[in-house]
Amino acid sequence: MENRKLIKIATAGSVDDGKSTLIGRLLYDTGSLTTDKLEAIEKTSRQRGFDYLDFSLATDGLVAEREQGITIDVAHIYFNTDKTNFIVADTPGHVEYTRNMVTGASTSQVAIILIDARKGVIEQTYRHFFISNLLRLSHVVVTINKMDLVGYDEDVFLKIKSDFDALVEKSCFRTEQITFIPISALKGENIAKKSTEMPWYVGNTLLDHLEVLEPEDLQEQAFARFPVQYVIRPKTDAFHDFRGFSGKLYGGNLQVGDQVTILPSFTESKIKSIQFFDRQLEVAVPGSSVTITLEDEVDISRGDMIVKSTELPSSEKSITATICQVNHKPLKVGEKYTLQHGVNRVLARVESIHSKIQTDFSGEESTDALKLNDIGKVSFKLSKAIHFDPYQVNRSNGSFILIDEGTHDTVSVGFIEARN
Amino acid sequence: MPTIYFNPKEAESIYILREVAAQFERPVLLFSGGKDSITLVRLAQKAFYPAKIPFPLLHIDTGHNFPETIQFRDELVKELGLELIVRNVQDSIDQGKVREEKGRYASRNTLQTTTLLDAIEEFKFDACIGGARRDEEKARAKERVFSVRDDFGQWDEKNQRPELFDMLNGRIDQGQNVRVFPISNWTELDVWEYIKTENIKIPSIYFAHKREVFFRDGLIWTANEHVYREPHEEVVEKMVRFRTVGDMTCTAAVLSQADTLDAVVEEIRQSTISERGARIDDKRSEAAMEKRKKVGYF
Repeated sequence: MENRKLIKIATAGSVDDGKSTLIGRLLYDTGSLTTDKLEAIEKTSRQRGFDYLDFSLATDGLVAEREQGITIDVAHIYFNTDKTNFIVADTPGHVEYTRNMVTGASTSQVAIILIDARKGVIEQTYRHFFISNLLRLSHVVVTINKMDLVGYDEDVFLKIKSDFDALVEKSCFRTEQITFIPISALKGENIAKKSTEMPWYVGNTLLDHLEVLEPEDLQEQAFARFPVQYVIRPKTDAFHDFRGFSGKLYGGNLQVGDQVTILPSFTESKIKSIQFFDRQLEVAVPGSSVTITLEDEVDISRGDMIVKSTELPSSEKSITATICQVNHKPLKVGEKYTLQHGVNRVLARVESIHSKIQTDFSGEESTDALKLNDIGKVSFKLSKAIHFDPYQVNRSNGSFILIDEGTHDTVSVGFIEARN
Repeated sequence: MPTIYFNPKEAESIYILREVAAQFERPVLLFSGGKDSITLVRLAQKAFYPAKIPFPLLHIDTGHNFPETIQFRDELVKELGLELIVRNVQDSIDQGKVREEKGRYASRNTLQTTTLLDAIEEFKFDACIGGARRDEEKARAKERVFSVRDDFGQWDEKNQRPELFDMLNGRIDQGQNVRVFPISNWTELDVWEYIKTENIKIPSIYFAHKREVFFRDGLIWTANEHVYREPHEEVVEKMVRFRTVGDMTCTAAVLSQADTLDAVVEEIRQSTISERGARIDDKRSEAAMEKRKKVGYF
């Protein structure tokens, strides 16, 4: 488990583009579908009168989903190859698509966008790519599916690629962050084995391509941010004076001896030790959950943040962010929410809604409320300053959620903009 | 000693356990004595070291557990100085709250739900940490890391809070509780490889041993007074081991010669049958797990 890379993927496609079939196929081709699961799929496929294996049955887990033949909620699917562990967030293309894709993509580095070769780039494709762009995913794989239904025609592939390239120009993506692969998920062409039907395609199969990606390359280059989750004070004989600050590290490395600043107090100290269970580490790397001790007695509690003294984030009591509304209750001016930024919570009031943003890259319009699945630009006033980086620089330290004070539901997710 | 150490799935699980300790008043770790809950205990040790694990363990004992598991549980608790709470399904039966199933597929597995919900109410637990993984079963693939249950313990699969980035929202109303699944993103193989790397002790029934069993519906059942058996179902002695450990009445064995951790990991790697393929309770219907979860099953 330690030696294998971990790649996290979100899938996006419209209804009937064959998303579940693609995932089922990936599971099948990597030997991740066990005999009993395969038998269940065969049995149900037969009962439904299909003359092929309906791999969507492998992923649509809820009764309501199988009833309706659609995916309702984000499912997490796992498959392993010898070199890599994959986590796939399978996001539905049907209802509440924006909310679900944002949710799935927030924990992913790579998006696979499916396009039906017969339909080409459609409105939904704009939205999928818009969200990939909004969330600053590191890499997008555009799979043009159902090539078997268009006679494996290269011209169809090239036309869709050129339509998509026009979208890429409107985005922040560089062309090397996007890869196009013609596939047939149903027939297994260019998924794990190279298609003999499409000799004109010289690139990697989908699986080979996913294997080539390196987690390090998919990581952002950002400053180290260590939000304190929990203070460890054993008060035992052996560790009587131990005061450790536990958390997960985002951005860059932290090392023993680093000069650090603790926010919000702006107190300075030095890292005395980095501990992981009974080991002492020299360096903490991004993503690791460690415990830090400091040279000085400093007042630190949950929600505070340890950063390198030479790399301070912005500290502000008012912020502007792009918001995606993930709850049925609309976001309105004047409303008060709990804003959770990492593990820190402050109160936030909506000062103004600047605009609702069209997910087809066509621009913005003014509005006084953001409804479920809407994306818009919003300014907030906060009860206390938060210590953030713009989302484009640090995904973890640049994002937040809004919690409804009455229902406790998570109602929005926000991506903080750079201070003008 | 290495100066850098990083395992992304382990780091994520530790992060989740610390969020539980920080966000809830009365968390508890649901402990069955199986490999997943044993892994959770190790992760909790790591999350709070050098302090002790800041929550108790809760075992819902069906009374039909493998004796090896109970013995292991008691030794582990003693060795690590943990607090263990045990609540018995037999008590729920005696109080008339649930009725013992009869016949060929009788099991106490579903009866556990009532005992669990009563224990949650008795101790006012607001977070129950469990070792469920999303790869186990397709209804579990839809489960959140922080999964809110209403005051009847029910799961509403169509109305779940979205989980964005690492941010976990554990805010709940009085009477609600949250089921927390720190190893959601682990696969069965991940768990076994972790147990091997970390050299974690596990109950002996996970290793190949001789046992009296009988065959039914293509599955290998333990021959025991708690497991209903028809007169014609013949008892034989076989080399078997268990891939999943629960109530004896719903946990089937597999034929195996794997008697070391290395051999077990290799066997799992080569296996073409899923772990739940040996769970008799899941074979009741296509949606068996989802139906149980909706009414409060762990």
